[in-house]
Amino acid sequence: MAHNLHRVAQMVGLASWLVLAAASTAWAEAPKPPKHTTTADHSKFKELDHKFDTGPEVTKACLACHTEAAKQIHKTQHWKWEFTNPDTQQVLGKKHVVNNFCTSVKSNEAACNSCHIGYGWKDDKFDFTVEENVDCLACHDATGKYKKPSGFAGNPVTRDTEFPPGSGKIVRGINLSEIAKKVGPTKRTTCGACHFNGGGGDGVKHGDLDSSLEAPNKELDVHMDVDGNNFSCATCHKTDGHQVPGSRYAPTAKDKDPAHLRGKAETTNPATCQACHGQAPHQEAKINNHTNKLACQTCHIPAYARGGQPTKMTWDWSTAGKMGPDGKPMTVKDEDGYDTYMTIKGNFTWKENVKPEYVWFNGTVHYTLMGDKIEKGDKPTQINRFEGSATDGKSMIWPVKIFRGKQVYDPVNKSLVITHLAGNDNTAFWKNLDWDKAVAAGMATSSAKYSGKLDFIETESAWPITHMVAPKEKAVGCVECHTSNGRLEKIDGIYMPGRGSDHARWLELGGWAMVILTLVGVTGHGLIRILTHKRTR
Amino acid sequence: MSRVYLFKPFERFWHWSQAALIITMLLTGFEVHGTYSLFGFAKAVGYHTIAAWTLVGLWIFAIFWHVATGEWRHYIPTTDKIIAIANYYSSGIFKHEPHPFKPSAINKHNPLQRLTYLAVLALLSPLIWVTGGLYLFYADWSALGLDFLKLEWVATGHTLGAFLMLAFLISHLYLATTGHKVYSQVMAMITGWEDLGHESK
Repeated sequence: MAHNLHRVAQMVGLASWLVLAAASTAWAEAPKPPKHTTTADHSKFKELDHKFDTGPEVTKACLACHTEAAKQIHKTQHWKWEFTNPDTQQVLGKKHVVNNFCTSVKSNEAACNSCHIGYGWKDDKFDFTVEENVDCLACHDATGKYKKPSGFAGNPVTRDTEFPPGSGKIVRGINLSEIAKKVGPTKRTTCGACHFNGGGGDGVKHGDLDSSLEAPNKELDVHMDVDGNNFSCATCHKTDGHQVPGSRYAPTAKDKDPAHLRGKAETTNPATCQACHGQAPHQEAKINNHTNKLACQTCHIPAYARGGQPTKMTWDWSTAGKMGPDGKPMTVKDEDGYDTYMTIKGNFTWKENVKPEYVWFNGTVHYTLMGDKIEKGDKPTQINRFEGSATDGKSMIWPVKIFRGKQVYDPVNKSLVITHLAGNDNTAFWKNLDWDKAVAAGMATSSAKYSGKLDFIETESAWPITHMVAPKEKAVGCVECHTSNGRLEKIDGIYMPGRGSDHARWLELGGWAMVILTLVGVTGHGLIRILTHKRTR
Repeated sequence: MSRVYLFKPFERFWHWSQAALIITMLLTGFEVHGTYSLFGFAKAVGYHTIAAWTLVGLWIFAIFWHVATGEWRHYIPTTDKIIAIANYYSSGIFKHEPHPFKPSAINKHNPLQRLTYLAVLALLSPLIWVTGGLYLFYADWSALGLDFLKLEWVATGHTLGAFLMLAFLISHLYLATTGHKVYSQVMAMITGWEDLGHESK
């Protein structure tokens, strides 16, 4: 009987499985109605239906309809690579700063400006007022085929070209017509083409931005999770007239405003966590208590470079120039295939899953610019310094990546220098490995003085960590900070329960002395009682 | 052998539940303080907070009970026989002299106990309550106009209270063994009846 029942159950199970399987096949085969996410199909536009040989030709076609687009772009930081900090009045932006990766765009425009959203910026004579010089495709390519190779001053290559000339290496030409017909909104990959490759390669610079964010899972980023929220960059960095908010040159360190409301004029940075999550996003009051001192990122990004792509942590230019055993420039790789030494660049270290360092930050960043006095000493020179303190009322504790480098400087004028690295000429360091020529040529493009002497100096740059937000279960646990030598050990100016260095010494010593004396007292009293008890018996 | 009924059911309930809560809060509190790790910081904070609110509830009942029954009178300080009692604990106890104080239902605590308990209830507890309450409502300091406060002061006050409470607990546990028999006073707090021994026949 039991056996029969079992068979019946099996057959019922099989039958229902078949029905379900059939149903699901039918479901899968049902044609999906086309999803019209846009009202314009660019492939039907006759303006785009011809062959484009250059970038500016495409832009001209775009501007025929999008008449004001270039005017908007011309006002942006993405176009100008220049930003005047309203607080410090420092003139910043890629056009001006010197960092401790490849140091400067200046004198290396043809190479670096493959990431400029324009065409043809190869030296300081670039005309920023020409509308056709705006590169629409860099951000709006939807095919993934649009490329701007380094060395072409931000121009795409449309015919197969040997580059560098005489090298035998061929850069394949791309079909701009096909790309122009398929333009669309920006995506993680379009932004990422430059922002994931800051510092000259995947994940090099930021640590919280690399190619793993092209299609991240929830573990890596709750917002960009392809199977979940699937945010694009612009979901948070919501543009207004092509202005992209959320620049790290003047970040919002402490957002005290409520969540943005649809329809209400937005006056604050839409890219902050609070712009969506508001001021009391946790269910537990005790956790909300932390939001007046801690940036959300401090707990919610337990580590950066979590997507499998390591980030560069150090770069020592001073060791550059050593040739390989064959007398030619060499590249040494670690077991994972990442460069740890290059003749043209020096030594690097890479790291994955890096715990950030933490600083008080009020949103103001001070840069060490060309001509600012720097001193070789015990402490590294700060390429940029995050201003902040426990007491200024404007600061929050922020996670940062500190990138440590050693780079050339002018020991006489005590200044950073411009190094001419890339180029197919006699002075470029990557061609001739001659620092004297490279710095002299670099400095010639700057108005700053150069003594002709050079030396190496240790430098540090700081990068705010704000992407790769982990699922809440993976947020930093209480005890990782509320302990001695925890993540926030070096954060001063606050009392943190559990952190030994905050304890009043008199109380620790006095308190335990009192407790021990009490124990000794009662033990002694008890012992005497036991002894006298026996004696009197 | 004489026995005296000292502690009513509510008193015994109050005593033991308070004891359990205070021990819990000492255990979890010193973990939060960073002295050791036992439950894990987050759980320690959670247990500590629950125990604190439970104790607040218990105290509301206890205060009401003491007022309603008049039992608060047992904590009125007195210096009567205080020297004799101090002498008893420092020498008489070793010679098996009789205790100079005989508890009764209308006078449960000897003068040293009265002073100590009064200090614990009226000085030490408020210190812990006030600092602990401020700690709990840290986020509302601005709204409450308490911005001049520093968490460091509050935490230091709270920790001082914890050390004093720990010292009290140790001496209290020991002194509980100094009745007629080692367990007489503990039994009194369990059954309500204290065995005072043969002397007071």
